[in-house]
Amino acid sequence: MSQTTLPPVEKTQPVSAPARRISDRSRAERKLGWMLAGPAFLVMLLVTAYPILQAVWYSLFNYRLTDPANKSFTGLSNYGVILTDSLWWQALGVTVLITVITVAVELVLGFALAFVMAKALRSLRPTLRAGILIPYAVITVVSSLAWKFAFDIDTGFVNSWFAWLPGIGSDTDWFGGQGTSLFVVCLAEIWKTTPFISLLLLAGLAQVPEVLQEAAKVDGATFRQRLWKVTIPNMKAAIMVAVLFRTLDAFRIFDSIFVMTAGANNTETVSFLAYRQTITRVEIGLGSAVSVLLFVSVVLIAFGFIKGFKIDLAQARGEG
Amino acid sequence: MSTREKTWWWIAGVVIILYCLFPIAWIVSLSLKAPSDISNASFLPTSATWENYTQIFTGSAADLFLPALRNSFGICLIATFISCILSMFAAYAIARLDFPGKKLILSTALAVAIFPVISIVTPLFNLWRQIGLYDTWLGLIIPYLSLTLPISIWTMSAFFREIPWEMEQAAQVDGATTWQAFRKVIVPLASPGVFTTAIIAFFIAWNDFAYGISLTSTSRARPVPAALGLFSGASQFEDPTGVTAAAAVVVTVPVVVLVLMFQRRIVAGLTNGAVKG
Repeated sequence: MSQTTLPPVEKTQPVSAPARRISDRSRAERKLGWMLAGPAFLVMLLVTAYPILQAVWYSLFNYRLTDPANKSFTGLSNYGVILTDSLWWQALGVTVLITVITVAVELVLGFALAFVMAKALRSLRPTLRAGILIPYAVITVVSSLAWKFAFDIDTGFVNSWFAWLPGIGSDTDWFGGQGTSLFVVCLAEIWKTTPFISLLLLAGLAQVPEVLQEAAKVDGATFRQRLWKVTIPNMKAAIMVAVLFRTLDAFRIFDSIFVMTAGANNTETVSFLAYRQTITRVEIGLGSAVSVLLFVSVVLIAFGFIKGFKIDLAQARGEG
Repeated sequence: MSTREKTWWWIAGVVIILYCLFPIAWIVSLSLKAPSDISNASFLPTSATWENYTQIFTGSAADLFLPALRNSFGICLIATFISCILSMFAAYAIARLDFPGKKLILSTALAVAIFPVISIVTPLFNLWRQIGLYDTWLGLIIPYLSLTLPISIWTMSAFFREIPWEMEQAAQVDGATTWQAFRKVIVPLASPGVFTTAIIAFFIAWNDFAYGISLTSTSRARPVPAALGLFSGASQFEDPTGVTAAAAVVVTVPVVVLVLMFQRRIVAGLTNGAVKG
């Protein structure tokens, strides 16, 4: 990176130029760099690092907003309460389930979409590219509402459309049980975020050298062989970045749970649990502890991915 | 390509378009149903009516919807503006200058982007109450920066790297200072990237629900997504489904049109930021 961004001025500097001048210039550049980027950096720290530290602090107290007189320092006991409560493990299980299902389906579906977009007829391509952006451009709450209303026992059409399937009738209550509720939640998530994955994968597909494909074709490789031996290995970085981003995004799932089930029938996720403890029950101490645990989980996932799959995010971002 | 193969590509394309449009078509269709028609168990209304739209603009739901629309526009525009200004300078430095800490800034942006929003919400809920920022515009603009700033820095750095920097050098050779070269030469070249970044950032702020629902309590600052989630409790005498659907259409269609108008650049922006395209 540092190689590619060195200003050309320095490269063309005559050899006879005094060394001091270069160091002055680079010092000035260093100063200007931080002057320009510093404010953005500070603001980012201020709006995230500060709140999370505040959350860590709150989490050490037994503190209910409606009962401020009894605020007391209790150390790590909030964490003890949460980690021994089945509510937390239930929420964590649901969150992991949603994350695994949606990311797995999105990856396969996104790959198929990317493939069609890459290979589609030239006349069709602009339309597809535009269409694929629509789910991305719909706000999450709206897409959740649309899917909720579609499956709802009163307002929906799904029951009457799919009445021919065994187990579905006009009285099928999709939001009456855990499994069916989560099915609809996953469906909505998948619809909304697959396009994003497919765009990332499409960018990755474009990086696979055409020469390799041709060579494999000449050597008699079948479509399937080319897919597994040429295409996928060559876009590993793009796949990993897409999976990492979507995993972390899915793990934070909140909007659709709030809109579609409000945590009913054991569909509560970790984010929703933190929200309910803090905002609804005004248990600032407990809620903050859940928030901190959520944050730690996300950090662990990110760390696990980056170490486990050796993703060089800097390289994937085009910093390499 | 054989005709047979061509047909298959067309079918695949049509399936994808249907997939993308289907829920939108459904919510539009739902918004055109009269209250008595909502539970007709079919996709289309028996007879289309504008009733729900009148409700949200002049009727009983207007008190909830119109202030929310104003709040959303105001808060998101201000948050977008601030993060565009900040990241313009940061992205210039990252793409153009050589200084230690560049990697640190980009990694921080990455870390902030994957930060769970709820972990910020819970401490702010209490903090904002204490310092009087709860249920105010400023109380949402500040946390919205955590959403808009990282993506702005990335996207803009990616765009700025594509700029022909020799032109800046030429200006400097002609006697312009670094600052003049930035303002007179680079800004005009960079404005498409800045504009695209602004659209993406605005959209991300517009999409927020967690902050909106947690840090507001009245129509003083409540943004549209939060208001949409609350429609169910707002009107006691009728089914709010149709009204909610109409409001959803009103906040969705302009954004979809905007995104479609600038789709080429937005796709570039979204993917450049994450994968070298």
